[in-house]
Amino acid sequence: MRRTLQAIPLLLAISVILYGILYNMPGGPLAPYLQNPHITAADIARLKHNLGLDQPVPIQYLKWLGHILVGDMGYSTSNSEPVFQALIERFPATLLLQGVAMLVAIAIGVTAGILSAVYRYTGLDYAITTLAFFGQSMPVFWFALMMQLAFAVHGIPLPLGYVIQLPSAGIASSDTFNLGDRIDHLILPVIVLSLLQIALFSRFMRSSLLEVLSTDYMRTAAAKGLTFRAILFKHGLKNALIPVVTVTALSLPGLIGGAVVTETIFAWPGMGRLFYNALTQSDLALLMGYLILVAFLVVFSNLLADVVYAWLDPRVKYD
Amino acid sequence: MAAPTFPLPNAIVEDQIEFSKVTFWTRFRRHKLAMAGVIVLALMVLAAIFAGQLAPFDPNAIDNGTTAVPHWNGMPLPPCFQDKTLCWGHPLGTDEVGRDLLSRLLFGARISLTVGLFAVIMEILIGTFLGALAGYYGGWVDYALMRLTDVFLSIPILPLLLVLTAIVAASSSKAALSFGVIILIIGALSWPSVARLVRASFLSLREREFAEAARAVGNSDGRIIFRHLLPNAVAPIVVQATLDVAGVIILESTLSFLGMGIQPPTASWGSMLANAQSNLQQAWWAAVFPGLCILITVLAINYIGDGLRDALDPNMK
Repeated sequence: MRRTLQAIPLLLAISVILYGILYNMPGGPLAPYLQNPHITAADIARLKHNLGLDQPVPIQYLKWLGHILVGDMGYSTSNSEPVFQALIERFPATLLLQGVAMLVAIAIGVTAGILSAVYRYTGLDYAITTLAFFGQSMPVFWFALMMQLAFAVHGIPLPLGYVIQLPSAGIASSDTFNLGDRIDHLILPVIVLSLLQIALFSRFMRSSLLEVLSTDYMRTAAAKGLTFRAILFKHGLKNALIPVVTVTALSLPGLIGGAVVTETIFAWPGMGRLFYNALTQSDLALLMGYLILVAFLVVFSNLLADVVYAWLDPRVKYD
Repeated sequence: MAAPTFPLPNAIVEDQIEFSKVTFWTRFRRHKLAMAGVIVLALMVLAAIFAGQLAPFDPNAIDNGTTAVPHWNGMPLPPCFQDKTLCWGHPLGTDEVGRDLLSRLLFGARISLTVGLFAVIMEILIGTFLGALAGYYGGWVDYALMRLTDVFLSIPILPLLLVLTAIVAASSSKAALSFGVIILIIGALSWPSVARLVRASFLSLREREFAEAARAVGNSDGRIIFRHLLPNAVAPIVVQATLDVAGVIILESTLSFLGMGIQPPTASWGSMLANAQSNLQQAWWAAVFPGLCILITVLAINYIGDGLRDALDPNMK
């Protein structure tokens, strides 16, 4: 509870800093109109007055904050619709992509981490940890390009003359819903997005399981005569998964906010790409709304991670 | 007969430092991948320093047929192993406008490594200073500084970087995004993790006997912080700094790839890839090699960081 209350001043501070940064955007919110020869200086002045832009900055900030609190994030000039609506419209696409990527990453990453810990210092362990290192060092955008090059531009030839060829961009080939087509479009961005996550999950899982395996209660279980399999699955994994759950909670902002780079490269119509487009068109309100939303999610997921951690592990107590 | 002499305290301290240096090197050398990383990185650094001598062409020059045979004829030239006649002209081929790929990669190494190095130096200076203040003084100084780091850690760095670079670009022109500006922006945003790290070590170090002794003999706060506490907090900072160089190199190349970093025609690995994306079909080599350079460099630095962590503090892992 106390931690929840602490989050409020933090969010306020974030909003002040973001407002301060974006307020300095040259041209301000009216930048798109300044280039238009049909809009005179008098029009600009009138717009300024109508929008309250001639008032002192702190007043403007407070007004803006008041609007944010009731879900009004302003009007997106690049999409010609309210920011909130623009974000909500892109949300399902982002959730689909990120959700699938997250599930894939957890499934593969956790399995790899377990194998790595159980078969420690074997060839398998070295292979997995090396791959994890590669995954962590990989520039996402280049990996995305390589996937496009391999699977979309040239296609991977299979025996019998089949070629694996996948779409390189977009979410669907036509407006009518087609599950197979949807999956085809998902494969490449999901591979790209989950790579880093797989690397992170496997490293976390490995070190967490190794720590658990060396505890006294594991030795007690072994002393009782349980098989290694029983110890691992009944006692070991349950405890070793706790940190992994926290890591999952911490990646929540990405799940909702999307990935700017991956979505842009694969032309995925989600929130990350919306942000990038807004950036290239100086759409202040949308940039602001997006940053505020994601920062809020970060604060919230930190809180969630703490709560879940304390709930799963009764030894942890917060004051 | 001379009175028995006691070893001076200073000598003991120096003995210990000598000892820890030895164990550091033996430990670090045992980490084979880290040693490999050092060699790879050293080669990269040499390539970057001597880019001007090593590069067969001016990185921005368009080959119009005066030097290489065959020369650029409107289509990007493939690398040597696809077309043997190119080996003495453009060993890695050219990009879509006929610039030599190898030369651009060499000059790109300069950008990546300089941005990585200087952004991290800046991050370390700010982070160490603020972290030391917070950890040493505690109280409201600590509270205020740590809330500030909370704020910065809550805003995802890539979108924020993109917005800031867009502001700089819009306030004058995109050409204003020189690599000095990129360094400043990345450095100014990435200090909070260092500040947290330094604060944590200072919180425990300031309670130790030697800190108390230093206070008791009347040293000033500044002297205690920089002469007595900081040297003992160096190990985690070094590890973090190494890993951050890798992180910054990826950040810079991502920014440049998205068109918000180093601006063309300056060769940077990220901006080379941005051009390559639209020519994926004709020139795979223009997309493969710059990314490979990033991957190899980042991998080498990450392994060095891993080796340093093992060598400096085996308990940290």
